[in-house]
Amino acid sequence: MSSNILLDVSKVTLTFGGVKALTDVSFSVNKGEVFSIIGPNGAGKTSMLNCISGRYQPNSGSVRFKDQEITRLKPDKRSVLGLGRTFQNLALFGHMSVLDNIMVGRHHLLKNNFATGPLYWFSGTQNEEIKHRAAVEEIIDFLEISHIRKKQAGTLSYGLRKRVELARAIALKPDLILLDEPMAGMNQEEKEDMARFILDLNEEWGMTVVMIEHDMGVVMGISNRVMVLDFGCKIAEGLPEEIMANDHVRKAYLGEEDEMLEQLEASL
Amino acid sequence: MITLSMRPCGDFRTSYKADNQIFETKTIRWLTMASIGLLCFAPMVLDAYFLTLFIQISYLGIAALGLNILVGFTGQISLGHGAFFGFGAFASAWLNNSFGIPVWLAIPLAGWLTMVVGMLFGSPAARIKGLYLAIATLAAQFIIEDFFARAEWFSGGAYGAAAEPFTLFGFAFDSDESFFYVALFALVFMTLWATNLMRSRDGRAFVAVRDHYLSAEIMGISLNWYRLLSFGVSSFFAGIGGALYGHYLGFVSAEGFTLMMSVQFLAMIIIGGLGSVKGAILGTIFIVLLPEVLESTVALMAETGLVSHGSLTEGMAYLKEMAIGLVIILFLIFEPQGLAHRWKQIKAYWKFYPFAY
Ligand SMILES: Nc1ncnc2c1ncn2[C@@H]1O[C@H](COP(=O)(O)OP(=O)(O)OP(=O)(O)O)[C@@H](O)[C@H]1O
Ligand SMILES: [Mg+2]
Repeated sequence: MSSNILLDVSKVTLTFGGVKALTDVSFSVNKGEVFSIIGPNGAGKTSMLNCISGRYQPNSGSVRFKDQEITRLKPDKRSVLGLGRTFQNLALFGHMSVLDNIMVGRHHLLKNNFATGPLYWFSGTQNEEIKHRAAVEEIIDFLEISHIRKKQAGTLSYGLRKRVELARAIALKPDLILLDEPMAGMNQEEKEDMARFILDLNEEWGMTVVMIEHDMGVVMGISNRVMVLDFGCKIAEGLPEEIMANDHVRKAYLGEEDEMLEQLEASL
Repeated sequence: MITLSMRPCGDFRTSYKADNQIFETKTIRWLTMASIGLLCFAPMVLDAYFLTLFIQISYLGIAALGLNILVGFTGQISLGHGAFFGFGAFASAWLNNSFGIPVWLAIPLAGWLTMVVGMLFGSPAARIKGLYLAIATLAAQFIIEDFFARAEWFSGGAYGAAAEPFTLFGFAFDSDESFFYVALFALVFMTLWATNLMRSRDGRAFVAVRDHYLSAEIMGISLNWYRLLSFGVSSFFAGIGGALYGHYLGFVSAEGFTLMMSVQFLAMIIIGGLGSVKGAILGTIFIVLLPEVLESTVALMAETGLVSHGSLTEGMAYLKEMAIGLVIILFLIFEPQGLAHRWKQIKAYWKFYPFAY
């Protein structure tokens, strides 16, 4: 059983000055799952992803990935281990072409460097670049963005930028991919495309997915399991249908009075 | 319209290799090769004055290329580039004089040595940014200048150092006509070096660090290393440029490598276009030719009696410096993307003139 766990988060607490963004949050994600994190605005969802990807370091608790302690590891070292992510606020390299953005994702897989790269034709760099270009083109085809591959990333529409960001994260060849609101700001059609991509990613590319999303329809439709955060605390975890039936969750979302939440608020 | 590809209609790419070419079209490639070929005949037709200008453009342009990698592509700042240029000049002369390393080998070695020194002085870049980094590199400028004055074993101190001419198979490139070829080769070689760097892994990493350092880090790019490496690469170019300068003049003395020179390098890349290989060269051409054009204009005006001879020629030195300052300000206001951008627009205009088909 334990060998099936890809990501294990245990008792993570994160504070900003006086604000407790996360309190004692524990959960684990199995290989091959689509695991969603939901919760109201400011619940600590992005903070959770940041602790996993290394942007923030928790005050206490631990994060283990592939049976390896990564709590204090630098973000760039984590991507080498097989961790990729997208951001809630668009984070593309705005002045680069779409193609180059995605090629940056291959960074840790490429071997050419500042000394061999300039000797392009004589150091094998050309062949290496072409080989990885082919892999990148596969991702471009998969996400249906071949028509914009030469465009400057900063000039694209919101929906396309989200898609390019996903492409860039896939290019890392991660075993675990973290998606922070991949469908925010999209219309229904774009959302459906994105949901399909995430499912394909999971089923055909074999990536485990941890996703934050506000659209309940999508979350319930494609997740294997769901975790709910509110005020930095985990208030529920389970199968989508269990979560839908959960009183606390409904109240947290509908803003109804809820004793447990009130207690939580008071204690913070 | 300007963001469109510059390829003519019907020129479709069939392989990734073809798509990764340095030159956008066969015509541009052919034209570039032809101009380099034509330049090879320059020493036979042009007089020494123009050859000197070209040689200047070459060694300064190589250094400006390096600074553009640091400032334009990686988004950092340096006020010490002139000192690194000087370090390359002294280092190459020193390697040749003290260890008998032939000049053709001493030049690249001086480049690598300057790279190490650049990374040493660039190490604050891993921690600080912007104005603070500017001040730290300013300190580097003064420390290195002071080192030139004191380290007699290295630089000859107040006397300066002699630099042997560039020699290959017993032939000494010691005249303007012959050194022209060394300069031309070096400029083409280093331009290719920079272009290839920018289309391979570490070049992309530099731009990624500039555009969005947080996601660069998530992509597996070590911020500390690339901020440092960028200083190294930029100093490498400065060192090569400086070494060429030394062996061209035959003598290196510490006075020239001042803060003013560092600022001039910055002016070149701002005017030429930040983050453009072509821009660094265009900017260098501009800054080298500007005072020459000014001077000949003033001379012409004096001859025709438009202005009195004495006053203007005496003020020439001030006029030059003021002109550079004025041009930088004008460029910042009216052409913030530099000459490279203007060039692109002119190209776009011709592409569609009169019809692309
Ligand atoms: N860098 C920071 N500095 C200070 N406070 C922060 C920081 N990042 C997050 N917080 C705080 O932590 C809490 C959780 O924020 P977080 O961004 O994780 O929420 P979220 O669940 O992602 O919300 P949303 O749905 O709006 O994206 C909020 O109160 C927020 O103000
Ligand atoms: Mg968030």
